[in-house]
Amino acid sequence: MQEAIKYMAEITAAPLVYGRRIQMETGRRVVGYVCSYTPEEIIIAAGAHPLRLFGPMGELECVDTHLQSYCCSVVRGILDTGLKGDADFLAGMVFPHTCDSIQRLSDLWRMNVARGFHLDLVLPVKLNTGSARKYYLDVLRRFRMELGRQLGVDIGDEALGEAYETLQEIRRLLAGIYELRSANPTLLSGDDLLTIVKAAMIMDRHEARDLLPRVATGMKAKLEAQKSAPESLNSSPPREMEIKRLLLVGGICNHPRLHGMIEAAGGAVVWDDMCTGARYFQTAGPGVESDGSTGTRKGDPMAAITEHYLHREVCPAKHNGLTSRAEAIISLVREKQARGVIFLHLKFCDPHAFDYPYLKNAMDRENIPHLMLEIEDPLPAEGQLRTRFEAFLEML
Amino acid sequence: MATNIDKEKRKIKSVKKMKEIMTLYYIDAKTAADNGKKVAWITSGGPVEPLIAMDIIPVYPENHGAMIGAAKMGVDLCEKAEAMGYAGDLCSYARSDISCATVNGGPIGGLPRPDVLVCGNNICGTVLKWYEVQARYFDVPLFIFDTPFCHTAFHPEMSRYVRTQIDEYIVFLESATGKKLDRDRMAEVGRLSVAGQRLWQAVLDTTINRPAPMSAFDAFFHLALIVTLRGTRQAVDYYQELLAEMNQRVRDGIGAIACERYRLLWDNLPIWYRTKWLSDKFAAHDACLVADTYTSAWCGSLRYMDENDFLASMAEGYTRIYLNIGVDEMARMVGEMVDKYDADGLVMHSNRSCKPYSFGQYDIRKIVEDSKGIPSLIIEADMCDERNFSESQIETRIEAFIEMLKQRDGQ
Repeated sequence: MQEAIKYMAEITAAPLVYGRRIQMETGRRVVGYVCSYTPEEIIIAAGAHPLRLFGPMGELECVDTHLQSYCCSVVRGILDTGLKGDADFLAGMVFPHTCDSIQRLSDLWRMNVARGFHLDLVLPVKLNTGSARKYYLDVLRRFRMELGRQLGVDIGDEALGEAYETLQEIRRLLAGIYELRSANPTLLSGDDLLTIVKAAMIMDRHEARDLLPRVATGMKAKLEAQKSAPESLNSSPPREMEIKRLLLVGGICNHPRLHGMIEAAGGAVVWDDMCTGARYFQTAGPGVESDGSTGTRKGDPMAAITEHYLHREVCPAKHNGLTSRAEAIISLVREKQARGVIFLHLKFCDPHAFDYPYLKNAMDRENIPHLMLEIEDPLPAEGQLRTRFEAFLEML
Repeated sequence: MATNIDKEKRKIKSVKKMKEIMTLYYIDAKTAADNGKKVAWITSGGPVEPLIAMDIIPVYPENHGAMIGAAKMGVDLCEKAEAMGYAGDLCSYARSDISCATVNGGPIGGLPRPDVLVCGNNICGTVLKWYEVQARYFDVPLFIFDTPFCHTAFHPEMSRYVRTQIDEYIVFLESATGKKLDRDRMAEVGRLSVAGQRLWQAVLDTTINRPAPMSAFDAFFHLALIVTLRGTRQAVDYYQELLAEMNQRVRDGIGAIACERYRLLWDNLPIWYRTKWLSDKFAAHDACLVADTYTSAWCGSLRYMDENDFLASMAEGYTRIYLNIGVDEMARMVGEMVDKYDADGLVMHSNRSCKPYSFGQYDIRKIVEDSKGIPSLIIEADMCDERNFSESQIETRIEAFIEMLKQRDGQ
């Protein structure tokens, strides 16, 4: 297990190095993307490799002449990567419509960086009407056609069905790892869990599918060892019973040691509603067939793919009812027996910032303690974060 | 004395009429409930015409935001919103409006309570979140008019999606009011909307003349009707009068400023709490802001509108507006405006409140500078939140920019 995690940590530490390697070693074309609404299935079915860009933290070199400082660090980081030429090996980029900043990132990339193809996926913003669902499917159909044309391949139904199954398998495996860890957070560190989810968006998906079971097996073995070990040897790491269980809510987590700090303070994130977490792998469950909402025939892989994205928990840049996010978070808190919620926001991320007051009020109504953490780039001093976590966990 | 006469001569007479119309409009809106009328809150780029056709009073939180900014009440209301948990980086219109609704504050004691909310996201994603907040607060139905972003194209499936939503919108309004849309009335409102937009464009085009009879600062003011009363006879009549006044000024050689030496183009929303300061600052250097990308947005998609089939053409007309297109297309349009209005320079307001309008400005600036050979100035500020306005820094930048214009002018 440790070996698999170490391998995935190397990949997430340098995704573009990995991408280049995939391209050189396999000859497959690598397609970059920026948001978890990208239908990776279609890219895989086209024989290409989908690679998510997260944007590096820290010193940026080229972006200041193109983007103001009041743009979020993810968007600035991704554009900087492109401007520096670090993404030159990509065959193309895919920009799904999400927030205003990513929308402009697409324009600026197309105007200043694009060497390969450039595809905008102008998804609907509301997901809860029949016409929006129909349009969603139309957008993915266009994407299938345009991507096929750009890559010079015919993307067939069979390949799509296979790619969909591969991704469903990865989603189920990730959900399984989350479940194991939720039952016993000492089996895997939160930072490692984040590494695993991120790696699944970067690495070869077949490799990910084959590697994830090793993590789950390792966790199960550790659980068995814990059970059989004498009580006295279990004092460190902290016993599962004493750990304060938390839910993490936000967008992208680019902080490599966030979970470590929470754990050092006596807590553990046992589930999340994050773009770099459960929102990526949530699925309506295995074997879900078309519910007909997109008006397609049963068994159509495009319908299944569309419905996966329609049914997953929404990013706040999309609309799926006025209170759906609060309801989902409260039900996760109950289901996962979390004692509190940490909101992790990226500075200048408007959709999350707009939702925060109503989510905060909903948590208050339900007597769920919560902490708001706004992450800036550069990151706040670790000591400062640690103190805030300690104070919050003390209160629980 | 001569200066005072000169100043009096340059005053736009229609201003009085406009103030009267807007006062009556807000009285009408604020007393809607007493008169058995419904009120819809709608975004500035939203499809207002069906509301007019159904006698629903449209109310514009963004226009209200501008009033709050101009009354210098933005900081106080933004701070209230921040106390409610809204981040200080969010749109200052949204922050002002959200907190204003809870305290009935601002220059007119708050907006009348909405019966429905209509959110067109052709201007930004912020309005979606803002209207969700208000739909929860007022517990009223929300219609989202989702206009796919046109980075490089307007695809047939986008057209179908938006066209279907227009039918859904009408069903939504019929259910809210309990009455059917009168199609003949709708057609008439559509014709009036197109007529109003054409007249507004004609008013803006009078500034092609030298000296320009009005400035962008005047346009910011006279814009109110094409936003709030688009589709009414009142707006058409008003802009006819305004156009006549502007044409007369052109014939009489009356300019917006005493001496027009430099003609500038403004980009982004106004800095509402400093319009006079900025206007005076530029005028003191004989610089007139003759046109802007903001006020022209309310007539910029006229080419897609068909006055004889308004409902159908609305789909494209409302989707392909200035802010819902790619940065390169925006740069092309700015370049066209530089030529059309014969601008000597470009002034861009980098507006912390409006990310879709501001991100991309640096590229537009470079494209326009390179292709048109004119200098530019970027003012970092915010449309409503004065805390983001640094007077001394902006003053220095304006002066440096004017120096550049002078040098180019060979002075």
